[in-house]
Amino acid sequence: MALYNSNRGGIIQIIIGIVVTIIIGQLISLQIFSNKYKLAADNNAIFRRIIYPDRGIIYDRKKRALLENTISYDLVVIPNEARGVDTAALCGILKIDKEEYNKRMVEVIVKNTRVKVGVFEPFLSPELYAQLTENLYRFPGFSLSERSIRNYPYNTAAHVLGYVAEVDVNFLQKHDTDGYEMGDYAGMTGLEKQYENVLMGQRGVKRFLRDNKGKIQGAFEKGQFDTLAVAGKNLYTSMDVEVQQLAEKLLQNKIGSAVVLNSKTGGVIAMASSPGYNPNLLAGNQRRKTIGSLLTDTARPIYNRAIKGQYPPGSTFKPLGALIALDEGLITPSYGFNCFGSYNNCGDPRKCTHAGAGHAANLQVALANSCNSYFLQVFRMAIDNPKYGNAKNGYLKWKEYMNSFGLGRKLGIDLPSENKANIPDTAAYNKDFGNPTTWNSCYMLTLGIGQDRMTATPLQLANSMALIANDGYYYTPHFVDSIEEEDREDKIELAKFRTKQGVTKISSDIFKVIKEGMHDVTVYGTAASVKLPGHEYCAKTGTAQNPHGENHSIFVCFAPKDNPRVAVAVVVENAGYGATWAGPISTLLMEKYLNDTLTTESVKKAEDLSKVDLMPKSIKDWYVKNKTIRLSPVEEYKNDELGDVWDMEMVSDYKPKPKVIDTIKKVIDTAENKSGQKKPVTNTFKKDSAALLQKKKKKITRPKNGNHT
Amino acid sequence: MATTPNQNSFSKGTDLAVIILYFVMIAIGILCIFMVEYNPNGNWSSSLIAGKNSYSKQIYFAIFCSFIGIFILLLDSKIFTALANLLYGGGILLMLATFVIGKNINGSNSWIPIAGGFNLQPAELCKIFTALVLAKFISKPETDFTKLKSQLIAVGMIALPAILSIMQHEMGLALVYSAFIFAMYREGLPPLILVVALSFAILVIATLLVEPYVLSIILSVISGLFILSMIKRFKRNKTKIFVIIGIWAVCFGTVRYAVPYIFNNVFECYQSTRIYSMVGKEYDCSQNVKSAATAGKKKGKKPDDYNVKQSKIAIGSGGFWGRGFLKGTQTRGKYVPEQNTDFIFTSLGEAFGFVGTFTFVCLYLFFLFRLIRIAERQRSTFSRVYAYSVVGVFFFHIAVNISMTIGLFPVVGIPLPLISYGGSSLLTFTVLVFILLRLDADRQMVIR
Repeated sequence: MALYNSNRGGIIQIIIGIVVTIIIGQLISLQIFSNKYKLAADNNAIFRRIIYPDRGIIYDRKKRALLENTISYDLVVIPNEARGVDTAALCGILKIDKEEYNKRMVEVIVKNTRVKVGVFEPFLSPELYAQLTENLYRFPGFSLSERSIRNYPYNTAAHVLGYVAEVDVNFLQKHDTDGYEMGDYAGMTGLEKQYENVLMGQRGVKRFLRDNKGKIQGAFEKGQFDTLAVAGKNLYTSMDVEVQQLAEKLLQNKIGSAVVLNSKTGGVIAMASSPGYNPNLLAGNQRRKTIGSLLTDTARPIYNRAIKGQYPPGSTFKPLGALIALDEGLITPSYGFNCFGSYNNCGDPRKCTHAGAGHAANLQVALANSCNSYFLQVFRMAIDNPKYGNAKNGYLKWKEYMNSFGLGRKLGIDLPSENKANIPDTAAYNKDFGNPTTWNSCYMLTLGIGQDRMTATPLQLANSMALIANDGYYYTPHFVDSIEEEDREDKIELAKFRTKQGVTKISSDIFKVIKEGMHDVTVYGTAASVKLPGHEYCAKTGTAQNPHGENHSIFVCFAPKDNPRVAVAVVVENAGYGATWAGPISTLLMEKYLNDTLTTESVKKAEDLSKVDLMPKSIKDWYVKNKTIRLSPVEEYKNDELGDVWDMEMVSDYKPKPKVIDTIKKVIDTAENKSGQKKPVTNTFKKDSAALLQKKKKKITRPKNGNHT
Repeated sequence: MATTPNQNSFSKGTDLAVIILYFVMIAIGILCIFMVEYNPNGNWSSSLIAGKNSYSKQIYFAIFCSFIGIFILLLDSKIFTALANLLYGGGILLMLATFVIGKNINGSNSWIPIAGGFNLQPAELCKIFTALVLAKFISKPETDFTKLKSQLIAVGMIALPAILSIMQHEMGLALVYSAFIFAMYREGLPPLILVVALSFAILVIATLLVEPYVLSIILSVISGLFILSMIKRFKRNKTKIFVIIGIWAVCFGTVRYAVPYIFNNVFECYQSTRIYSMVGKEYDCSQNVKSAATAGKKKGKKPDDYNVKQSKIAIGSGGFWGRGFLKGTQTRGKYVPEQNTDFIFTSLGEAFGFVGTFTFVCLYLFFLFRLIRIAERQRSTFSRVYAYSVVGVFFFHIAVNISMTIGLFPVVGIPLPLISYGGSSLLTFTVLVFILLRLDADRQMVIR
């Protein structure tokens, strides 16, 4: 009956075929020719969580941990999932109001977008943690995230260790290939910054599968795409906690710095800068409360004077001055100079503390008596060395020596933002004195006794002692002796600390004379009153004149005399004679290191010294005056630039540029600054960070202060 | 057809290829449901025995359906013609009964609760009965299907359960009844009807795509051009001009009145939105009469194209080779709603990629062509009409279901035959297939 319709079966097949072809066409376009769906699926379902490894620990030479990790908890939130939160309850627990809640939420979104985890309240106290864990089910989208924070059991070495803080936009821009993310923490100063990539370890990423409600289902692909977190490597330093603590204690109530070096290895045993701060103040939730006042403090507790403070070395420079003349063959140890209380060969007489005949009969005696005239003469001989034609070339040679001794250049210690201090360039003198052919050694005469424009950091001073102690070489000062499981990169990193530097061709006989001279300093010379129990030692005092007020008390030394193992430099600002304050501090530190303990007499001396208050009056006044000053938010400052901003120069940045070197003018300036110089610091923080940066630029162009007496 | 001498009378003449395909499909279906329900933290073997998961339930359904299938194969094929009218009548009664004792599942009252927590959907079963009654009607010696009257009666038979389904808010099920057009077409429905239906569909889609004003102008211009080009012929035959004007009037009416009316007054807001979203437009629900009553109630729901978006992501993310068995993140994360029923195709697409979906679609294609071949070899009209009805129902389900998961068709809730989770749907398709197999086994007989 329907046979004539039998071709219609074929038509139906064709229709079916067409529809199926359309479907397959769409499948091809979906599955083969577009990869956006794969991305969309991954965005939907894969949740990446970064696993933070434990940061490496820093140990001292006796394997005592200078810092440790403790666990702290943050309250974190994914804003997109924070729906139906019992806001009132949460605000109640955190003791904030609804407005603050909304503000924080906006902050989190701005920082980390809506879909990523952002920190809502960092560093929860244990009580808060307990309360929140109980109630967390009422706050969807919120969770508690573990974070390891630093803890400093010895409360010491804040400047050296540095601190860890949350990275900011600048940091991220600088390290955009290192995989940091907003909310990460990184070392900002000190060893924490220097060895960030060693201490940090390797962060792991865990991928989780998340369902349509944002709930974690479990590991993605059984974790086969996860990368494991590798714990940071430990650092083994040459530091000694007890010496460090003693150094900090002795410098209490003073402004200054102490550096104790192991002269045989270049390892830093202790490095203190005063005033300092307790490193625990900048860890965890303490940081928010304290960083502001630390930054605005006019005495600048965050500033590491040991590597950044620039001091005229004064008389402590004299042994080095002699070394140059000896190396150049200009003098022999038996060279003598007739000094009758002043040096008159350059017009204006320069005073010398001694007038007695024969007090500079030879090098050894001249060193012991710290005869100014003798070393001024030696300096002039070096500059006017006929070998180099004119004073300019002679000066250049002299500067080259200085640099090889580690002065006027960065030593390369493993701390960030070390200052190179200053050995002036000929360009500076050309500018000051006009035509380069007209000036001669008399123009910068006081360089010979460590004054003029010469400055050095306490670290450089200590290092120069190590150079003499070792008879002509030193190892670059460093903290880290070894890294746990050193790999090739670490070895390269540390190799520079394991090679000799600054080798001179002076024989050890000559060094012996210098050492004897410095030993005489401690026997009958300027430091005769300062004794080191159990050891003979060599030292040089310095009383550095400076434009900021009273003379700095400087003391450099090494011990034991015959086989030196330790070199020390101590600077106490505006404290007067080197032997009075810096001297006893130095010997106590050496005693502690060499004998591992202090005699009862020394303990008493240390107690007394630590109580002596040598703070300049201007700073004390500032504390009284600024008790109530409040700061603009800390976030305005760029963390990683703090070290640079906090430079010795900052205080004087507000002074007009000195155009002419005029001794009289300088003296007047100095007198004025004594009372007024600290003021600008407080003003600084009422301005914004842009002004800070500008100032920084100014600082670079500004010539160093000279100094004459 | 393999009929070896060793075969017993039970399996004699039964099409083995269809049976194999049937079981392969069910196996794929259970696999897909397993992928959707799989929980790596749970012990799947114990939950399989406990029968608490969809896939274990589906296994029990499949076993039950196999028995039903065997039972059907054991029946005398004459029983289907004998009972066709009775079953159809009973089915319609059951559908009417749902209005009284219906149970609300997913917003439709089309379910009747039966023992053991299972629910029956009479509308599903009515597909079988309609196929049978249609076959019975067309195969009657006194029916001349070339006549309009017979065709109208047949359409009426199909339309009755369809209208009842619409009244139960089962738009998808109602649409399925249009699948019987295949059988009717095969039996002599003029091809013009297919052309008209297709043109009408194009017109409706155009209405959605193009601004009504623009479309009206275009239509008028086309009619004007027709009249101009055929102006000489009109002199001989004046009726043609009226035909063209009539067509224009219908089109114009459709564009300006019928389509907006249907979208605003007949469809629910979500249905209109779904259809609009197919062509990439947004439907303004404030125009919808039905949503006006419930306005403001369902604020903050997920966007309406969420299903399709996630479904496309799932299938698209499979890529060429797929993400692998149980490795689909969309599936594991339950991003696709209704994934073990209407969107089951997505789990397959995500896990096995284009290779999987292509193979799967080809398998279906082979299955459909096999059914057509069976249909064409029937000597009795009853069997052939029934076979084409089965082809139509299967094809419609497959085409619409897959098309909606890949964004070619608006989302209507109809399952993928033999794959989707659900006892009612599995039972319906089993019965459909096995009745056909039973009839096919007796294809030498003329059944009335």
